[in-house]
Amino acid sequence: MVEIKYSPSKFIVSKLKSICPRKGTEYFALIGFIIILSIILMAIFAPFIAPYNPIKKVGGILEEPNGRFILGTDGLGRDIFSRIIFGARTAISVTFLAVIISLSFGVLLGLLSGYIGGKFDSIFSLVMDAIYSFPGLILAIVLSAMLGPGILNTAIAIAVIYTPTYFRMVRGLVLSLKESLFVEAARAIGAKDRTIVFKYIFPNVISSVPIVLSLNAADAVLTLAALSFLGLGLPAPTPDWGFDLKAGHAYLASKIWWPSTFPGLMIVILTLGFSLLGEGINEILTPELRR
Amino acid sequence: MASLKVYIVRRVLLAIPMIFILLSIVFLIMRVAGDPVSAILGGHAPQEQIEQIKQQLGLNKPIIFQFFGYIGQLLRGNLGRSLIWGQRPVVNEIWDHFPATLELSISAFLISIIIGIFTGTVAATHRNRFLDHTFRLYGIITYGLFIPWIGIMLQLLFGVYLGLLPIGGRIGTLMEPKSITGLYVLDSLLTLNFDSLVSAIKHLILPSVTLGVYLSGIYTRLTRTHLMETLEKDFIKAARARGLSERAVIYKHGLKNAFIPILTMMGLQFALLLVGAVLTEITFSWPGMGTLLFERITYRDFTTVQGIIVFFALIVVTVNLLVDIIYAYIDPRIRY
Repeated sequence: MVEIKYSPSKFIVSKLKSICPRKGTEYFALIGFIIILSIILMAIFAPFIAPYNPIKKVGGILEEPNGRFILGTDGLGRDIFSRIIFGARTAISVTFLAVIISLSFGVLLGLLSGYIGGKFDSIFSLVMDAIYSFPGLILAIVLSAMLGPGILNTAIAIAVIYTPTYFRMVRGLVLSLKESLFVEAARAIGAKDRTIVFKYIFPNVISSVPIVLSLNAADAVLTLAALSFLGLGLPAPTPDWGFDLKAGHAYLASKIWWPSTFPGLMIVILTLGFSLLGEGINEILTPELRR
Repeated sequence: MASLKVYIVRRVLLAIPMIFILLSIVFLIMRVAGDPVSAILGGHAPQEQIEQIKQQLGLNKPIIFQFFGYIGQLLRGNLGRSLIWGQRPVVNEIWDHFPATLELSISAFLISIIIGIFTGTVAATHRNRFLDHTFRLYGIITYGLFIPWIGIMLQLLFGVYLGLLPIGGRIGTLMEPKSITGLYVLDSLLTLNFDSLVSAIKHLILPSVTLGVYLSGIYTRLTRTHLMETLEKDFIKAARARGLSERAVIYKHGLKNAFIPILTMMGLQFALLLVGAVLTEITFSWPGMGTLLFERITYRDFTTVQGIIVFFALIVVTVNLLVDIIYAYIDPRIRY
């Protein structure tokens, strides 16, 4: 019999070892990744995890955390634990949608603007810089107030304020890559502009995206939470952490702490997950910062 | 210093297209992204009422006329009149609410700098040791904190359970000091009204700690990175070689030189301060610009919302301009 040198189990163990963190900061990325993964799983399997229907009255009003309702009930007698589980769906879907929209527009416009240059570039850069310098949340508040509630509208409002982040990064990279030898070589052998942009420049640009994306997602979670805290997110019965936090805020003075504490905690945990992941990737990809 | 003057003039001229573009974006959002008439009246208003609002807002003219009309009014400092409550001029509404925001921002800013520079210095001088990791984690965590949640937790602890501090508002009822600057703490000091002073400070503590802690993480990280960089420079080695105490090396030579980049980054974080202030105000019913914006969006007071956004845009551009000029003044290498 042929000896199996590389058994699958050994392979998996060695793979696991290679991704195992060795330094303190690499643990950041791992912890962040675990947090995000568990919240995504929570969102996907929400109906199986949540003990109750999140938008139906299932118990008394404002019941303290107890055996039946482990995190208590809210002002309408709904189970807070179930609402939190389903709230992950809102948070994850809007965040991902917003990140994907801003990523696609930002990267595409950045590529074009940087490559084409001239007046086209100046106008786009100026507009993007203007949006970038403006306090993002305030722009998002006005946009979502004008667009109205809903998953897509909220995602668009958030995406608008993060598009410049990708645009600026990509444009900067394109400007330097445009002059590099391999692009000149491609041009010399008669490659079309479209080929140069998408086959030569794009792959070199896209590798810098993950860090920005992760930190951006953290911001997007906070912006979404802020919008729904202000009642500008999704329409009412949808479980939404920011909205629930606001609803719970009203009962604060009567020492009723559970309807606000738990949804807010989820916002902080998800944001922390993305920030830790971003920080971790940053450290791993740019070791010179580590020293 | 002639080149500095040239730089300033150029920088001011560059700010003009920026303001113009920001104003156009605001205009676009308010007119194109949504329909102000249905935003004001809701979907099912009678036709004559729709016409009346359109007339009042000048919405029956072609869009390009509307745009230049709007820019023209702005140049004359006219932001229009509020659509609700006695139709006060928007400029007056803004000036009534701005001092509250300013007071909150200043105190939160001071708190964040003090915490940030202290923790950043400790982290930089304990590189890769326990305290360094702790404060780096502090930097990451605070940045991810959701302001309303932090505020609510502080309200619960210090307001509801311990009963030490008020959980909302800016000052006790009927305790407002005579208005000089509009900043209650300063005004009550100037008029020697100590009851008001105590009340104003008590109301100020929780909101400014909330906002201050949120912002401090950024300064922790900035101070840490820049101080670490500075501490590796030759003049630090020279200072150590001269036998200066470690304390003097870090504080007198290191921190002082690391401070310039930290200072400019503070200017760049200004937009974050405004965003944070808006959320803090709404959480603490602090009667500033954020609360005004939120309230008027709820009441669909379209002209006031537009005015507030224009005001924010002007502030942001002005602050960025000032920071650039200060930086050019400090560092003579920066010229166009």
